[in-house]
Amino acid sequence: MAEITLLEAVTMALARAMEEDPAVLVLGEDVGINGGVFRATVGLQERFGEQRVIDTPLAEVMIAGLSVGLAAQGMKPVAEAQFMGFIYPMIDHIVCHAARLRHRTRGRMSCPMVLRAPFGGGIHAPEHHSESTEAMFAHIPGIRVVIPSSPARAYGLLLAAIRDPDPVVFLEPKRIYRWQKEEVDDNGEELPLDVCYVVRDGSDVTLVTWGASIKETLEAADQLAAEGISAEVIDVATIKPLDTETILESVAKTGRCVIVHEAARTGGMGGEIAAALADAGLWSLHAPVKRVTGYDTVMPLYKMEMKYMPGTKRVLNAVREVMEVS
Amino acid sequence: MTTTVASFKIDYHQFLDPEGKLLNPEQSPAIARDTRELTELYRLMSLVRSFDKKAVALQRTGKLGTYASCLGHEAAHIAIGSAMRPEDCLAPMYREYGAQMYRGVKMSEILLYWGGDERGNHFQHAPKHDFAWCVPIATQCLHAAGAALAFKLRGEPRVAVGVVGDGGSSKGDFLEAINAASAFDLPLVLVIVNNQWAISVPRSKQNKAQTLAQKALGGGLPGIQVDGNDIVACRWAMEKAIERARSGKGASVIEMLTYRLSDHTTADDARRYRPAAEVEEAWSREPLKRLRQYLTAEGAWDDIKEQQMQDECAKKVEAAVEEYLNTPPQPLAAMFSYLFKTLPHDLAAQKRRALEELQ
Repeated sequence: MAEITLLEAVTMALARAMEEDPAVLVLGEDVGINGGVFRATVGLQERFGEQRVIDTPLAEVMIAGLSVGLAAQGMKPVAEAQFMGFIYPMIDHIVCHAARLRHRTRGRMSCPMVLRAPFGGGIHAPEHHSESTEAMFAHIPGIRVVIPSSPARAYGLLLAAIRDPDPVVFLEPKRIYRWQKEEVDDNGEELPLDVCYVVRDGSDVTLVTWGASIKETLEAADQLAAEGISAEVIDVATIKPLDTETILESVAKTGRCVIVHEAARTGGMGGEIAAALADAGLWSLHAPVKRVTGYDTVMPLYKMEMKYMPGTKRVLNAVREVMEVS
Repeated sequence: MTTTVASFKIDYHQFLDPEGKLLNPEQSPAIARDTRELTELYRLMSLVRSFDKKAVALQRTGKLGTYASCLGHEAAHIAIGSAMRPEDCLAPMYREYGAQMYRGVKMSEILLYWGGDERGNHFQHAPKHDFAWCVPIATQCLHAAGAALAFKLRGEPRVAVGVVGDGGSSKGDFLEAINAASAFDLPLVLVIVNNQWAISVPRSKQNKAQTLAQKALGGGLPGIQVDGNDIVACRWAMEKAIERARSGKGASVIEMLTYRLSDHTTADDARRYRPAAEVEEAWSREPLKRLRQYLTAEGAWDDIKEQQMQDECAKKVEAAVEEYLNTPPQPLAAMFSYLFKTLPHDLAAQKRRALEELQ
């Protein structure tokens, strides 16, 4: 079993899915001979041919619209938006068609497509290359929104997303594409698309996060441990449908919750999680729920991007605030 | 130095003139002489018109929601539907009832859809792979292209047909579908049913191009223009384009010139923005009259047949209205049942609550 990065796990899952199902195909800009701008599709065209790894013209609406048509007619397209900042022209097809084809036709048609996109900041990229707008998709009925934050979860969740009979938006935290290596067995085993993962056990406070913020959140948990504070860390992984049960269970134990996400605060998924706690976990809480998020500003260009994204210090500050309440 | 590296022309085709006279009979396509087939098409065109009139009346009397009339489009729509094989795939917009009815969509289903019931899209007797009505303008062009790509990748001899309006031809989706069809050599036919009006915006305000068909050429596809009120021209063009696509020679674009004789929908009042004289003039070119005159001249039709057929149409429409009005409402659970193959836990909880509170 090889130690691989999250990025390599994405490639491994794509290859596995294409191997096991001839209906699976990959399409997008530069996904073929170039292997994708991040190399997520590297080697796939060589292995599966130009018919199944399709370099499209430079047209995002086309990629999304073709995928809806392909999926409706029995194929399983895995479309790539090169960066999340370029996903917006695709939204018409995702929201108006992919998400509701099954519903609109009372089950006569379906749209088993995956839309993959690298998302988030922290790689010193130009404007529009660092967006975290996952909550927009989470708001839309009819699609699942999945964000892996480890190589093993990238592999298992992407396999599940491709096999799923309904559309999935699969957002890959590109800042941690090559951060950690992990042993991942290419065994074809998928992970469920409706659960959160407790990635670190703790008893004093629950830290809830997803995507690349897992890095700072785990670092904060390490520092807190040194101070004698035991933090439980949850990787949400699938932000829609949201597994509130796992979060509620954890907060029932710790009584405190800090939610960390890179996306802007207002309308972010942190609010949804806080609402779930207010609704069904209020009596477990010893302290107010805190959110550490990106600001409601435009994602700054890269010189200031690390100040925008929740750093370890901001996570620690929030935890200390909730720990002070007794 | 300057050299011309590309130039273009767009041909316009008409076989039956507005008086029902066959122009240049020697060079007419086979369908022009097939009065039996043309009679069948005329019957369906008449049924569609009868249905359309009834649907507007149902809306006016509160028995139907907003309805998009197809008045004047009958030749274009029925040519599209009748040139296709069942295994081909239709991606309509929202008023191609003629094409859909030819392919088996029931009038009661059309009424159900506009009557606020998703089951209208279930298509009990039409090909299950046909797309449903598509309201976001021109998006269906790319779905047709995606379907065509699926057929091509699987090596199936099937063709996808996407229908768009003159307004929709201004959208990127339409142009991107042309581009995709050209880049991937897709078995696709894109039809612009140019009815001159995008709600209140006339064709002249969409752009200054002499034809909409020429948009095909910019993306590397052939494009032609036909008289969209001439069933012979529309059917001939469709057959040719479908044959070309099926035999692997690629996609093409057909612009069918017709006229929207109705309001945009029942929620619209076209008198606000277009002169009555223009509409009156358009009526002189409408598609049913000329076909009837042609069939009569050919000895294939007469007033008695017309009267019998009108009575039959009225009966069929009445039966469809009855079926629509007597369709029991969907259960509340249907709101939740079709979003996903398997209901996720969050929706299951919302469904339980809804059933408790609302039933």
